[in-house]
Amino acid sequence: MVKKKDYSAGLPDPTPIIDEIISKYPSKVAKKRKKAMVANDPEIDQPVQANVRTIPGIITQRGCTYAGCKGVVLGPTRDIINLVHGPIGCSFYAWLTRRNQTKPETETAENYMMYSFSTDMQDENIVFGGEVKLKEAIREAYKLFNPKAIGVFSTCPVGLIGDDVHAVSRDMKEELGINIFGFSCEGYRGVSQSAGHHIANNGIFKHVVGNNDRPREGKFQINLLGEYNIGGDAFELERLFEEAGITLVSTYSGNSTVESFAYSHTVDLNVVMCHRSINYIAEMMEEKYGIPWIKGNFIGGSSTAKTLRKVAEFFDDAELIEKVEEIIAREEAKVEAVKAAIKPKVEGKLAMMFVGGSRAHHYQDLFEELGMLTVSAGYEFAHRDDYEGRHVIPDIKIDADTRNIEELTITKTDNPELWRDDLVAKKAELEKKGYEFSHYAGMMPQMKKNSLVIDDVSHHETEKLIEFYKPDLFCAGIKEKYVVQKSGVPLKQLHSYDYGGPYAGFEGAINFYKEMERMLVTNVWNLVDTPWKSEPEIVGSMTINA
Amino acid sequence: MLLRHTTEKEIDRKALTINPAKTCQPVGAMYAALGVHGCLPHSHGSQGCCSYHRSALTRHYKEPVMAATSSFTEGSSVFGGQANLLQAIGTIFSVYDPDIIAVHSTCLSETIGDDLKQIVAKANADGKVPDGKHVIEASTPSYVGSHVTGYHNMLQSIVQHFAIKTDEAKRQVNLLAGWVEPSDMRELKRISKMMGIKTVLVPDTSDVLDAPMTGKFEMYPKGGTTIPELVSMGDSMKTVAIGEWATKGAAIALDNNCKVPFDMLDLPIGVKATDRFIMSLSKAGAVAVPEEIDRERGRLVDMITDMHQYFYGKRVALFGDPDQLLPLCEFLLDLDMVPAYVVSGTPGKTFGKRMKEIFGDKIDQVKFKNGANADMFQLHQWIKQEGVDLLIGNTYGKYIALDEKIPFLRMGFPIVDRVGHSYFPTLGYMGGIRILEKILDLLMQYQDENSPEEKVELVM
Repeated sequence: MVKKKDYSAGLPDPTPIIDEIISKYPSKVAKKRKKAMVANDPEIDQPVQANVRTIPGIITQRGCTYAGCKGVVLGPTRDIINLVHGPIGCSFYAWLTRRNQTKPETETAENYMMYSFSTDMQDENIVFGGEVKLKEAIREAYKLFNPKAIGVFSTCPVGLIGDDVHAVSRDMKEELGINIFGFSCEGYRGVSQSAGHHIANNGIFKHVVGNNDRPREGKFQINLLGEYNIGGDAFELERLFEEAGITLVSTYSGNSTVESFAYSHTVDLNVVMCHRSINYIAEMMEEKYGIPWIKGNFIGGSSTAKTLRKVAEFFDDAELIEKVEEIIAREEAKVEAVKAAIKPKVEGKLAMMFVGGSRAHHYQDLFEELGMLTVSAGYEFAHRDDYEGRHVIPDIKIDADTRNIEELTITKTDNPELWRDDLVAKKAELEKKGYEFSHYAGMMPQMKKNSLVIDDVSHHETEKLIEFYKPDLFCAGIKEKYVVQKSGVPLKQLHSYDYGGPYAGFEGAINFYKEMERMLVTNVWNLVDTPWKSEPEIVGSMTINA
Repeated sequence: MLLRHTTEKEIDRKALTINPAKTCQPVGAMYAALGVHGCLPHSHGSQGCCSYHRSALTRHYKEPVMAATSSFTEGSSVFGGQANLLQAIGTIFSVYDPDIIAVHSTCLSETIGDDLKQIVAKANADGKVPDGKHVIEASTPSYVGSHVTGYHNMLQSIVQHFAIKTDEAKRQVNLLAGWVEPSDMRELKRISKMMGIKTVLVPDTSDVLDAPMTGKFEMYPKGGTTIPELVSMGDSMKTVAIGEWATKGAAIALDNNCKVPFDMLDLPIGVKATDRFIMSLSKAGAVAVPEEIDRERGRLVDMITDMHQYFYGKRVALFGDPDQLLPLCEFLLDLDMVPAYVVSGTPGKTFGKRMKEIFGDKIDQVKFKNGANADMFQLHQWIKQEGVDLLIGNTYGKYIALDEKIPFLRMGFPIVDRVGHSYFPTLGYMGGIRILEKILDLLMQYQDENSPEEKVELVM
């Protein structure tokens, strides 16, 4: 057995490991990668190089812009036909692979999520252009399904040959009379999935939000932004909000409908969970309608309680606050009971995490609750503000890859009934009391001193980190899972949850604690070494007898 | 209903593919390249392609799938990807140290017209490829063919790059494998060994994508065809190629370049296709078929005769790759089952011709379609029109099977919701026994679950 490291007296300075990692890189690569690795000091601001291109040849965790736009943001919306304009692969790989659960209200209500729609471009479409085929595909989709909306997604070759998905969408919208809009989310745009999130946000805001100004229906109305209902997370949160009497108008975009996006601008507050994938919509809604937003986190029992309290505090209603406290007291008792049983078994274990846009931060709360230590973490496709906090946004250099993404100019709505002066006033008043709006502190202030922060971790770095830290648990995605496990370290997938979950909310915390017990207390890893390996005398005696 | 919007009524579709029965070329190129020892596949395009392909293969094989990417951004798409690929080759050799980098293109690099041959030649000329190391390339545009085509193109490229004819003939047979499981690769080697024939199997993903847990990650696992083996293929007596869609180009290349003649065969699925494979191997290696093979065959035929009443007349819908579907249909017909609907997204004109050969005068009882506009949506519509007793295909068939309450046999790629495919072969006579076992399990389970209580029987 490998002797585990003891970091109870504090983490060691990770500089030697950084140097060792980069020593294998060609000098230009080394110089670039070094800027993406930082020995954390929560007390001071330190820039982390993020959202820059991956070096060709480096085995990266990252995907593409299309994956962020269609796969992440629009994928989980059930009543829109997501038509991928391109060769078949792009549509095939984004077909049901992200575990976004959805529950239509009735047996017959629209749900296209089990379908994969593609123009399946062939070489003649590349040579002669694919617009005619795209138009025909839209007509066929309309004829077969009669949907209320169709989204059209561009893939790499579409951008290159110059097919104009926006013009085609406009024409078809006019011809068919339903909402049809395009996304220029070619895979090569930007440097990762993150560009696709931005493009998706812009598209939804431009073509959907504000299409239905239905009257307010509840006393406390919110949207959840950046909750994708992986493994049923959104279902657990819906349960909590419903019981509290808070109306969840729309979730972007787990268990969502494009219909609900259309009236999502009628809420009082936006709660942003995954900051990276969707902060743009929160910002645009504030600029256009005056709706404030807060950053929330529902991963972990205490995080859930904290976020629920923050929402209740915003509405400042005695009855609501009482109800929320009642729910928290009841649910936390359940959470505490499970935690008390599991914590002694996993306390002191070392975790590292390289995932997504906010998960590498949020899940640190769960580990903290169990007394586990996150020794190293980083994001796959974050920007500097996700690491360092939103106060660095003005310092972030706008580069060519960012300029490729359309920047919308948002102006205040001229509909006086939709502009929320009351919310603007409320925000100002609460801010005076120290309530934080439009704020995200980032991942680094919460991490321990000398923990190692790495952006866009590569395979080589992963191997070195495992060698150095000998973690008890590694969290990443499917591509990393078996690579890491072959080294004898269990890997928890935090994109697909290893097909478990939910992990959000109180029930989710309980599920995750139990999952940690399963993964960290198991005997399975003791089976890896053969018994004859540790008893060489058996081999010896056989040889002698032979 | 999971697929609640699928109706039995069809409209003529020309442009829209719904629920494809195929995916794109590069994933096949990546899989084929993994069957060569010490080889790191490299995807020349946006990093999303590489990410998706690695994810798809990982989910199916539940094993590490390593591959690098040229990580195109908008600039490379405009100015060409040469700089990216040259930089990638340098970085890969210094950081990941493979013996071979197998580069395949994507729809992006194909559309901008990157010439992989020229770029690889430049990498060699610039000294970016260390001595004794190799960079091979294959053109795999995603808008032509399917994942099977990509496998075909990479396999052809591997053989073309390495096989050399010398003056010294070798008493060995080249065995070119279509897209099958690591377990099938292992089975092909077992059969050859049993027959006493020295073979070079390429690709060979056994011990690469079914590697044991040892507590140590190996970037380049023990398995895969080695470079000396690949080189020696030019001196072999014969090539036996199984799976036309996947191996034909490689077989022709060996014939053209090294004058090694080939037999083009179906994948040995079921009795007759395996018979043809065994006869071809026996002739190629000039060896008699050993008795043990007769006995394996006999056990398969015995099982068919024992259980024939359960197969007879049962209607089956199938989707997948032509190389699997054709011999599988033949096998089902031997069982007196009725392959009623057959769909493959992979194009190829010979599909119809082969279906007619296999079905003979029974051709009227099958609806079949292949090519770019053949998809699972239409297959489902056919099933709705007149039901079937069994569905065979990859995991994506699950939604049809659940909605229509049809027993469902998972075969093909990808299978992401069950295990076993990597470990238990479906090729050869033993593979035939496994297919039968699975079909019988499904049909009998269905019968048990759907019988009135008084009709449930212990002995079946």
